[in-house]
Amino acid sequence: MDQERIRNFSIIAHIDHGKSTLADRILELTEAVSSREMREQVLDTMDLERERGITIKAQAVRVHWKGHELNLIDTPGHVDFTYEVSRSLQACEGALLVVDAAQGIEAQTLANAYLAIENDLEIVPVVNKIDLPQADPDGTAAELADLVGESPERVLRISAKTGEGVADVLDAVVERVPAPRGEPDAPARALVFDSSYDQYRGVVAFVRVVDGSFRRRERLRAMAAGTRFEAEELGFFSPTMRPTETLGTGEVGYVITGLKDVSRLRVGDTLTSEERPAEAPLPGYKDVKPMVFAGLYPTDSDDYPELRDALEKLKLNDAALFYEPETSQALGFGFRCGFLGLLHMEIVRERLEREFDLDLLVTAPNVAYRVETPTGETIEVHSPADMPAELERIEEPYINASIIVPKEYVGSVMELCNERRGRYGSLEYLSESRVHLTYELPLAEVVVDFYDQLKSRTRGYASFDYDMAGFREADLARVDILVGGEPVDALSLIVHRADAYERGRALVERLRDEIPRQMFDVAIQAAIGSRVIARETVKARRKDVLAKCYGGDITRKRKLLEKQKAGKRRMKQVGMVEVPQEAFLAVLNLGQEPRR
Amino acid sequence: MTTAGDGVRHLYVHLPFCAHRCGYCDFVTLVGRAADHGSYVDALLAELELQRPVLAPRLETIFLGGGTPTFTSASELARLLAALPGAEEVTVEANPETVTPGLALLLREHGVTRVSVGAQSFRSHLLAVLERRATPAAVRAAVYALRDVDFDNISLDLLYGIPGQSAADLDRDLSDALALEPEHLSCYELEAKQGTRFTHTYGNELARQGEAMEDYFERVVDRLTGAGYRWYETANFCVRPEHARGRDLRARHNLAYWRGRDYLGIGIGAVSTVRGRRWRTTPRLGRYLAALGRGQVPPRELEPLPSSVQRRERVLLGLRLDEPLVLRGLAEAVDSAALARLEELGLAERRRGEAGETVALTTRGRFLGGGVTAELLA
Repeated sequence: MDQERIRNFSIIAHIDHGKSTLADRILELTEAVSSREMREQVLDTMDLERERGITIKAQAVRVHWKGHELNLIDTPGHVDFTYEVSRSLQACEGALLVVDAAQGIEAQTLANAYLAIENDLEIVPVVNKIDLPQADPDGTAAELADLVGESPERVLRISAKTGEGVADVLDAVVERVPAPRGEPDAPARALVFDSSYDQYRGVVAFVRVVDGSFRRRERLRAMAAGTRFEAEELGFFSPTMRPTETLGTGEVGYVITGLKDVSRLRVGDTLTSEERPAEAPLPGYKDVKPMVFAGLYPTDSDDYPELRDALEKLKLNDAALFYEPETSQALGFGFRCGFLGLLHMEIVRERLEREFDLDLLVTAPNVAYRVETPTGETIEVHSPADMPAELERIEEPYINASIIVPKEYVGSVMELCNERRGRYGSLEYLSESRVHLTYELPLAEVVVDFYDQLKSRTRGYASFDYDMAGFREADLARVDILVGGEPVDALSLIVHRADAYERGRALVERLRDEIPRQMFDVAIQAAIGSRVIARETVKARRKDVLAKCYGGDITRKRKLLEKQKAGKRRMKQVGMVEVPQEAFLAVLNLGQEPRR
Repeated sequence: MTTAGDGVRHLYVHLPFCAHRCGYCDFVTLVGRAADHGSYVDALLAELELQRPVLAPRLETIFLGGGTPTFTSASELARLLAALPGAEEVTVEANPETVTPGLALLLREHGVTRVSVGAQSFRSHLLAVLERRATPAAVRAAVYALRDVDFDNISLDLLYGIPGQSAADLDRDLSDALALEPEHLSCYELEAKQGTRFTHTYGNELARQGEAMEDYFERVVDRLTGAGYRWYETANFCVRPEHARGRDLRARHNLAYWRGRDYLGIGIGAVSTVRGRRWRTTPRLGRYLAALGRGQVPPRELEPLPSSVQRRERVLLGLRLDEPLVLRGLAEAVDSAALARLEELGLAERRRGEAGETVALTTRGRFLGGGVTAELLA
């Protein structure tokens, strides 16, 4: 295809603002899919995505419209995948910014719109759902025009549901989105903006060819990872896989690599030809690092091998997922897993439970800490249990939080942010009724229940997005929980020193209620180092006898004792103390419950 | 666990009839049925005849339990007692209201050596909760009637943890019981047994008062040991030999259970353990009478007792006693790591005596006997 007739674009929208429906209509209108055969929302392939209304993995679909080749590149819709979004956007020259006429701009829309602007994309503003009775197309169009610096007349008004205005959207893509630049004769370079794993064909890379062109069977190299492979197949989606012989400058498609591991071909890497390699990779590659960590343990320790296999399989398709074996004396064998964020963690957990049928116990999440030891060494700590006792300083990750909320909730949101050690950034009115607030917050304060609290304190109206703001020194303490004098590794927490007492107390009280009385007094303590900050005692039982036992009772009594013994075996042993698994569960849940 | 070839030396006879079924009771009992008393005794004697080969020529103990054995019509009870083989200890359970001077004499004259009186409490309001028919006065009268015919081995049953029982109530019950100078006392915590009428009515209350009554067991033990009784089994006390002219007043029949001896039980619902086999005779009167009427062994529920189970039972029963449990032959049934832990906690003690290694529970260990045993069993 003539480079001048190629248009690469994506759709930016908040969850439920109609991205998938619009994509469906575009495919229908361009006859890539006949409406009879059409599955709803063809771009979202995974069940889970469908249920959550979000997209985890991007794909690209090629359609034709009035003599042009249009590549619609799907972007992940959530904050945890900002980097992937930014790579997807880098593969485009334009973006449709879709906003629900009844809801207006949300934090996520804003974040992604800024990303698009940063990537120098032509933005086509679209107000969707104009057919809804509660729609305010004019108000929303004004907000949108203001955001992207266009006149309100240039804002398209459509209903993806009814199809009204969708043809105008395609016309606007052709007219407003520039054709891809790039040198057809230069050494080939393609941006990997997504990848997925197919069990038969290995890693499939989604690429945007920037310079030059690629041929089938060509030897290729990933410039950042150094991985070499042969392009077993090239092609594009329309919407199913269509193999081709070449992918030319400006085109979007896939490359089947035969690689067996997604980590060898990461999003953001640059592909080039071995024969005539480019000198420099495309800019912007980042090695995304997990920021949120949690221990994952099988509820039934016999399931450990299944959990290991399941994580291995997920990892094939999720380069950002990190895991390493971890042993907890309380919870047994499991894995310490690293995630991009909370949502990423939830998705992994749900997939493990749903697709692999595993029952999991997840410890309270924590963030990655940078610790400077007395010897001047800097280490990264992913688990409270690994936090060294002796240290010079700790740094924790901060985020720039962006929150959009109706103005009557500004007070509650500011209160929440202050409780969570937030530092106020800015306040800006998007319209008469809606406010955009920014705060700098420790990520650790966000991973627990911030989002739920934000939603509940704003009756669900607030929208929230964030990006990483780097590490800052913090006054943190590791709180250990000791049962009968023995620390329980899985329950250690890293908290801000000011919260240590309250958190320690809550944990200790909950454990006291959950640990059954034993044959001796059991002290339950929260401690920072050797200093006990909270203590409770589970008093010893004074009496535990089977009252009567004569000739006719012996069998029953024996069975009772055997049952009691079996019950003991199901308990986890902490020193001499028997702790039921439920106690750990209750306490771990406490770590995830709303705090006051 | 009997000495091979000797035959069983302990006989239990179940007499199921009662005037009334008390709400908390989960034993095999039959209310009234006076017309059946005769045929039941016939059946018992027929069953005894069938079982005679397993019995030793000379029995050590016989125990008539119920039900209310003394509710059985006097002539039938007399016929039964007369037909039973002789034994060194013959115990009969009695409800206070049934113990008339005449009955006391009947028992005495038919070779009964020991009577266990189901007093339960001396407080009227608590007796009412238990649906017992006897009044506190009747309890005393029963003991006097037995003393009048020179019974010198009387046991009283007491219950504690009765709904509404205050600590002062318990103390008064213990005082009233001690005033009668019984040779033996059995003190049981009232259990909310599943499916009983009582549990239906009082289950929640029992659960609620659990904490408040937590120290009742300790009170019972302190009071009785303070009064010169030996706490020789979890729920059983007897006057110490030094206060009883050297007599060992422990219940010999029950000691046989706790020491793992074989025993034969006859009557409906009765359990026997003989040479590694346990069986329970049908609890259904009709089937029992019919089978024995035909001269057949009544239907039984059989439970094999592999030696591993026998060893476990030896441990769980032996640890109820105040005498050290000889570990020889029981090693497989005991978790030695658990034993070490229990020693560290001051709940058990290992000793080395003439019979080899033994284990005994400390006083606190005995209060926690259930948990300690569960821990100790391998």
